[in-house]
Amino acid sequence: MLDFIIGKYNYWFYIILMMVGFYAIIGKRNLVKKIIGLNIFQTAIILFYVSIASKKGATLPILEHHGGHGDHAAIIEVASYMNPLPHVLMLTAIVVMVATLGVALGILIKIYKRYGSVEEDEIACVIKSENMKYEVGK
Amino acid sequence: MTDQAPILVLAIPLLTAILMPLAGLFREKLCYPLVIMIMMVTTALSGAILFQTIHFGPIHYYIGDWRPPWGIELVIDPLNALVLLAISVSALLAAISSKAVVEKELEGKEIYFYTLFLLQMTGLTGMVITGDMFNLYVFLEITSITGYALLAVGEDGSYMAVFKYLVMGTIGASFYLIGVGYLYMATGSLNMADVASLIPGVIHSRIVFFAFILCVAGLFVKMAMFPVHGWLPGAYSKAPSAAAALIAPLTTKVSVYILIRICLSVFTAEYVFDFLKQTDFIVWLASATIVFGSLSALAQKNYKKMLTYILIAEVGYMVGGFFLGNRLGISGAILHIVNDVAMTLALFLGAGIFFWKTGSGEREDLKGLFVKMPLTMTGFALAAFSVIGVPPTCGFFSKWYLISGGIAGGQYLFVAALIFSSLINAVLFFRLFEIAYFQPFADHHHAPAHGAVAIEEAPIHMLAPFLVAGAILIALGLYSGEIVTQIIQFAIPAEIM
Amino acid sequence: MPMETLFSIKPALAVLVSLLAIPGIVLSKKPNVRESWTFIAAIAKLAIIVSMLPFVLKGGEFHYTLIEIWPNLGISFRVDAFGMLFALVASSLWIVTSIYSIGYMRHLDEHSQTRYFTFFAVALSATIGVAFSANLLTMYLFYEALSLATYPLVTHHQDKEARTSGRKYLFYILGGSIALALPAMLITYHFTGTLDFAAHGVMAGKINSGLGLALTLMFLFGFAKVGIMPMHSWLPAAMVAPTPVSALLHAVAVVKVGAFSVVRVLTGIVGTGFLADFGIHFVVAVIASVTIIVASLIALSQDELKRRLAFSTIGQLSYILLGVCLLSEAGMTGGILHIAMHAFGKITLFFCAGAIFCATGIKKISEMTGIGKRMPVTMAAFFIGSLSVVGLPPCGGFISKWQLVIGTMQAGQISMLMVLLTSSMLNAAYFFPVFYKAFFCSDDESLFEDKVDEAPIWCVVPLTLTAGISVILFFFPQPFLNLAQLAVSAILGS
Repeated sequence: MLDFIIGKYNYWFYIILMMVGFYAIIGKRNLVKKIIGLNIFQTAIILFYVSIASKKGATLPILEHHGGHGDHAAIIEVASYMNPLPHVLMLTAIVVMVATLGVALGILIKIYKRYGSVEEDEIACVIKSENMKYEVGK
Repeated sequence: MTDQAPILVLAIPLLTAILMPLAGLFREKLCYPLVIMIMMVTTALSGAILFQTIHFGPIHYYIGDWRPPWGIELVIDPLNALVLLAISVSALLAAISSKAVVEKELEGKEIYFYTLFLLQMTGLTGMVITGDMFNLYVFLEITSITGYALLAVGEDGSYMAVFKYLVMGTIGASFYLIGVGYLYMATGSLNMADVASLIPGVIHSRIVFFAFILCVAGLFVKMAMFPVHGWLPGAYSKAPSAAAALIAPLTTKVSVYILIRICLSVFTAEYVFDFLKQTDFIVWLASATIVFGSLSALAQKNYKKMLTYILIAEVGYMVGGFFLGNRLGISGAILHIVNDVAMTLALFLGAGIFFWKTGSGEREDLKGLFVKMPLTMTGFALAAFSVIGVPPTCGFFSKWYLISGGIAGGQYLFVAALIFSSLINAVLFFRLFEIAYFQPFADHHHAPAHGAVAIEEAPIHMLAPFLVAGAILIALGLYSGEIVTQIIQFAIPAEIM
Repeated sequence: MPMETLFSIKPALAVLVSLLAIPGIVLSKKPNVRESWTFIAAIAKLAIIVSMLPFVLKGGEFHYTLIEIWPNLGISFRVDAFGMLFALVASSLWIVTSIYSIGYMRHLDEHSQTRYFTFFAVALSATIGVAFSANLLTMYLFYEALSLATYPLVTHHQDKEARTSGRKYLFYILGGSIALALPAMLITYHFTGTLDFAAHGVMAGKINSGLGLALTLMFLFGFAKVGIMPMHSWLPAAMVAPTPVSALLHAVAVVKVGAFSVVRVLTGIVGTGFLADFGIHFVVAVIASVTIIVASLIALSQDELKRRLAFSTIGQLSYILLGVCLLSEAGMTGGILHIAMHAFGKITLFFCAGAIFCATGIKKISEMTGIGKRMPVTMAAFFIGSLSVVGLPPCGGFISKWQLVIGTMQAGQISMLMVLLTSSMLNAAYFFPVFYKAFFCSDDESLFEDKVDEAPIWCVVPLTLTAGISVILFFFPQPFLNLAQLAVSAILGS
C-alpha cells in the first residue's frame, strides 16, 4: 500500500496538480484565475510526460560524438539515458499551451473592455442589467 | 506531383497563411481571391488523393523521409480521403460565400480573418491525414486555437461564449493528450499503425483501458456530445456567419472521424467491440444526446441557436451509429460524417444569408422571406428536408443505414431516438417556414397583394455556394450506395458483420 | 399467363414531364402562356400514359430503373395494370382540373397563381411516381414528395386558418410516414432483404405473424393519406384549400395515393397469402369498416359542404381497403375499380362545391336552399356525382359497388355486406337532401331568385365533363374494369 503511494509519486503529483488546476477553473470566479487554473492543468500533464521519461540514475540523452556522424559501433546503453521523446513532445505541448494562453488573454482583454470587469458574477450582472434596459426600452 | 499531394495539401494553406498578411498589407482586396484559389487547389488535390486511394490503395507519406515508427507519417486510406474531400469542398464553398459577410461584419479585419481561415484549414487537414497520435494533438490544437480566434469576433456575447469554449476545449484536448501519454507508456509508440499492432500484446492492461477512456472523453468534448456540449450553442450561434459556415460543418465532424479512426485503426476493432463490451452505454449516451439536442432546439427562439442544437443531435447520430458495432451502423456513421458536413454547411450558409438580410438571429424576424428570397428559401428547404430525412436527399440515406443498423443490433432505443429527432426536426423547420411563408399575415380573402413585394435575393457569391451545397445534398443522396460500396466498406475491418 | 416485360423510359418520362414544365410556368410573364405550359405538360403526360395502355391491357409490364442506389434497390418504375389504372385516372383528371383552376382562380382573383400551378405540377409528378413505383423505397420517396408538394397548395391562402390546417396536415401525413411507415419499411427490408413489390408479397416465410400484423398496421396508419381513423383529421382540415386543390388532390390524388400505397403494400409486400394465413385481412377489414360507418355518420352532421364531402371521401377510401381485404376476386376488383369510379364522382361533387362558392360565395348547405334555380347545370351534375358515390345506376359507381357486394358474398362475409349496405344508405342520407333542397323547395323557402346565373364557363365545363364521364363509365367501364381485373388476376392468380 505504502509502496503504491510512494512508488508512483510522480503520478500522484500530476493528478493532484491537475485537480488543483481543475478546481481553479471551476471554482474561481475571476476569469484570470480560471486561466491560471487552465495553465496549471496543462502543466500537470507536461509534468506527467516528463516524469515517464526519467529513469533511475539516467543522464541527459545526448550522445558524445568523436567527429563524424555516429556510424561507428558505439554500444549505447539505453537504460542510462533518459527517454528524449516525451521531452520533445512536451516542447510542442508547451508551445500549444502558450498559444492557448495568448488567445485566452486576448479574449480576456476584450471582455474587460466590454464589461469592465473580469469577475464572472460582475459580468453576469452587467449582462442582466443590459438585457433589462433593452427590454424596458423596447 | 501526386506523390507529394499529401504534404502539399497541408503545406500550401500553411505557407499561404504566412504570406497572407504580407499580401494583405500590399493590397487588401487580394486576400479573398487568394483564399479561393488556394481552396480550389486543395480541393483538386483532395480529389486526386481520393482517386488514388480508391484505385491504388492507401497512401503512406513519410515526412522528411523518416520511416515510421520513429518518423511522422501521413496515412491516407479511402476513409480519410473521403473526409478530406468533404472538408475541402465545404471550406471552398464557405470561403466563396464569406465575402459579403466579412465585409459587413468584420470590416478592416479581412486579412486576419483569411489568415486564420487558412490556418484552420491546415489544422483540419492535418487532423484528417496524419498517422501519428501526437501529431493529431498538435493539429487538433491548431484547429481549436484558430477556431477560438475566428469565433470570438462575432455578436455581442461572443467573447464570453468563446472563453467558455476555450476552457472546455483545452480541457478536452488535454484529456486526449493524457490518453496519448498512457498509450505511449503501454506500447512505446506514437504511430497509429504501430500501436495497433502492439495493442493485442497489452490488451489486458488497465493503462490501455484508461487511455481509451481518456481519448474518447477528450474527443467527446471536442465534438460536443451530451453532457459536455455546453460550449457549442453559445460559441457557434454568436459567431460571425463566415466563421460559423467554416467551422460548424467541420470541427465536430472531424472529431467524430478521429474517434472512428482511433477506435478502428489504433485501439483496433477487436478491442473496442469484443473486449471492452461497454459500447451499449455509449449508444445509450448517444441516444440521450439526440433527444436532448432535439428538445433543446425546440425551445430556441433564435434560429442560429436552434441549428447548433440540431448539430449536437447529429453528432449523437454518428457516435451512436458507430458504437452499434455492426457494418450497417458503422457505414451509416461514416456516411453521415460526409452527409452532415454537407447538411451543416447548407444550413449555416443559409443562416448566414438570413442574418445578412435581416441583421437578427431571431426566428420572428424571418417574416415574408419566401416571397423576398425564393431561391434562398428553396435551398434552405432542401437542407431542412435533408435534416428531417426526406428522400432523395442524403439525410434520408444516412438515416436508412443508422436505423437499419439499430434494428440489426437490437438497439431499439437508438432507433426510437432517431425517429423522434426526425419528427422534432420536421416541427423545427416547419416552424421557421411558417414564419417565412405565412407572415406577415394576410387577412382572410385579401391575401398578400399581388406581386407587391420585390424579390431581393442575396448577392450571387453568397447564393451560388449555398445552392451548390443544396444540389450536393441530392447528389450525395443518390450516390449513397456507391459511396458506401466503393469507399466506406473498405474502411471497415472485415471482421465486423 | 407469362408476364411480358418491356424496358422503356416511358414510365420515367411520364413522371418527369410535368417537372420539365416548371421552368416554363415559373418564368412566363403572361398568365395565358403560363397556363398553356400546364396544359402542354398535362396532355403530354396523358399521352405517354395512354401510349403504354395497349401493352398493359395485354398483360404486359414496363420496367425502368432510373437510379440504382444499391445493387438490388433503387429508384425503379414498373407499370402494371394496377398502376396504370391509377395513373390514367390522375392524369386525365389533371387536365380537367387545370381547366377548372383557370376559371376558379381567375374569377376569385387569387394571389400567387404561379406558385399554385408550379406545385400542382410537382404534385402530379409525385402522384404518377407513386403509381409507377416498382419498390417500396421509390413509393416512399414519391409519397413524401407529394406530402411536401401539396403543403403550399393546402395552405395557399396563407392566413391563420391555413397555418393551423397546414400543421394538422403535416402532423398526420409527415408524422405518420416518418414515425410509422419508415421504420416499418426498414424492418421489412431487414428481415426480407428486398423491397420490390412481388406478386405474392415478400413477407411469407421470413416474418412471423405477430411482427407481420404489427408491420401491416404500421403501414396502414403510417400512410395516413388513406384516411383510416384516427389518422383522418387532416382531410377535413385541408378543406381550407382552394376548391380545385381539394378537388384533385383530396378526391383524387392525395387520398388515392394513400389508398393505392396501402393496397400495394398489402398485396405486394405483405401478400394475400400472408394476410389470409394469419387473418390479418380481417383486422384491416374491421378497421376499414369502422372508418366507413363513423365517417358516414359524421358526414351527416356537417353543414359545410366541403367538409361533408371530406368525410364522405374518408368513408369511400375505406371501401377500397375493405374490398381488397375481402381477398375475393370480385371484392378486390370492386375495391380497385372504386379508385377510378369514386374519383370521377367525387371530383364532380367538389367542382360543384367550388362552382357554388365561385358564383355565390356560399359554403354552407343550409344556405343552399333553392340554389337549383340559379345553377341548374351545377346541381344536375351534383346529382349525378352523388349517384355515383352512393353507387346507383346509371353511374359508374354502381359497378364498383356491385362488385364489392358480390365480393362480400364470395368471401362469405355477411357482416361486411351489412356494412356496405348501411353505409350506402348513409351516403344517400347525406347527399340527397342537398340537391333535394336545391331543387324541390317552395318559392318562399328558396333563397335565390329564379334567374339562372351559373359559375364561369371554365368551371362549368369541367364539372359537366366529369359528370358525363361518370355516366359513360356505367355503360363503358373499360379500360378501368379490364385493368382492375388484370390487376386482381395478377395478385390472386398464377
